[in-house]
Amino acid sequence: MTQLALVIDLNVCVGCHACVTSCKEWNTSGDAGPLVDMNPYDADPTGTFFNRVQTFEVGEYPTTETVHFPKSCLHCEEPPCVPVCPTGASYKRKEDGIVLVDYDKCIGCKYCSWACPYGVREVDAQRRVMTKCTLCVDRIYDQSIPEWDRKPACVRACPTTARLFGDIHDPDSQVSQAIRENGGYQLMPEWGTKPANHYLPRRKTRITVREDEIERADNPLKIDSQLPKPGRDEPSLDDVTSW
Amino acid sequence: MHPAFSVLFLTTLIGAGQGLFMALFWVETYALMGLVPAQDPGFHALGSALSLVLLGLGLFASFFHLGRPERAWRTATKWRTSWLSREVIVLPAFMGAVFVYGLAHWAGFNPSLGTLPGNQPVPLTMVLGIAGVILALALFVSTAMIYAAVKFLQEWHSPLTVVNYTLLGMASGFTLATALAAWAGNGLVPMLAGWAIILTLLGLVTRTASLIRNARIKPKSTLQTAIGIKHPRIQQKAQGFMGGSFNTREFFHHKSEGFVRMVKWTFLIATFLIPTVLLAAGVILPAEAVNLLVAAFVVQYIGLLAERWFFFAQANHPQNLYYQSAA
Repeated sequence: MTQLALVIDLNVCVGCHACVTSCKEWNTSGDAGPLVDMNPYDADPTGTFFNRVQTFEVGEYPTTETVHFPKSCLHCEEPPCVPVCPTGASYKRKEDGIVLVDYDKCIGCKYCSWACPYGVREVDAQRRVMTKCTLCVDRIYDQSIPEWDRKPACVRACPTTARLFGDIHDPDSQVSQAIRENGGYQLMPEWGTKPANHYLPRRKTRITVREDEIERADNPLKIDSQLPKPGRDEPSLDDVTSW
Repeated sequence: MHPAFSVLFLTTLIGAGQGLFMALFWVETYALMGLVPAQDPGFHALGSALSLVLLGLGLFASFFHLGRPERAWRTATKWRTSWLSREVIVLPAFMGAVFVYGLAHWAGFNPSLGTLPGNQPVPLTMVLGIAGVILALALFVSTAMIYAAVKFLQEWHSPLTVVNYTLLGMASGFTLATALAAWAGNGLVPMLAGWAIILTLLGLVTRTASLIRNARIKPKSTLQTAIGIKHPRIQQKAQGFMGGSFNTREFFHHKSEGFVRMVKWTFLIATFLIPTVLLAAGVILPAEAVNLLVAAFVVQYIGLLAERWFFFAQANHPQNLYYQSAA
């Protein structure tokens, strides 16, 4: 069974919000109508977004790290938002595991948003129904765009390739390998929601260099410069000749 | 959570309506057992009508909670998994039962459906009443389970939620029935007031129990599990936007700690203390009974609105971990 998901590498994300704007652009232009932007140039702007990038500071000054944290629907394998829906508008697709809202069935009762611990569902004030990340279901299967482009808008926009997209149930997929080999983890595992989206942790990239590795072992005279020019009739070997 | 007035009115109004119907059935049971004199069916018809008005007002209020009320009929489809769907089915069924019960009393149509051992006849209204009471209890459970079933809201995820919704709804309904009995002058005031006081005090015990439980809750989720970084000191610097969003509006009450504490004491006094005193006074001073008992219901209802507001405000949703600082 397929379970499409995103894998987000926190070690690579620079917090540029390109995925946020790309997501908004794609999803506000779709069949379901625009995602609302209220008072965009006014004192109290608000609007619907399927994807947000948040920033956290870890540690105490001066030993702090800034972590940029993209957050969207995790397409849980045990989605708590689905069974609570009274109309069946909220559902999880069997074929690819995407959690979707049928905008024509939703009554806007907000109950599913209460039942999501991650706060990734937002009522659109204009559509008056619940909206959420669709994993760009209207893009990833679109035969009219080239195959390499059939990825969620956020993945295509990421300039640092911090977002990977694929089937986490296929052990050979890029996302499965990234989860397996780079310590991929799920958010709030304590609730048993089994999020499909995974995050890759921050990693330290340090190289241990020993003192003797800095010095050239083949430099007995301790002179780091051009080697003396041998005579033309002398044997010409690597590390001996300098022309 | 953000307390929405549509939901506050829905749960308190239908709770009082259910409690009132149960009080009517209780009176009928007492009369059947010969503990109180047989009642004029007009009392039951009037009580049922009043119960229907409360239920109808609650149903009306609930529509203001929906973004698309014109699609509300769809809510009856997922009763297998959703308590909200179950409530939507049980509420009209209960209203139907109250209507038929009231109609049978009003029309005086009450044939005996058989006899119990001891030559006790079983009147039709008794059977209708039992069906109504079962539906009323099912409605209390459905309404409360909407909240108690959400495991992420640890303040709600407890059997006490169901007990409180049931007891507090019954208490306000019995108080209203007492006021109605005083107005009708049928001598039922001491018996109904006694039960109203018992239910109110039982409600005080269970509601206090849930207050104590909720004060000791240790949140299951922390900022560490929310973003998956195991460091004791994490501070949010930006939540992704500088204005508001659905996430900042829906899951927080936006009031000061002092205000929330004030609401707590308001509901403790208005739901439990004052109605108990007024109900007792209504029994002791029959001349002023109508005024005292109507006041008891009104004060208790206002107290219940405050109780429901506090119920929502106290629930802390784990998604708030992601929205602690705007920048």
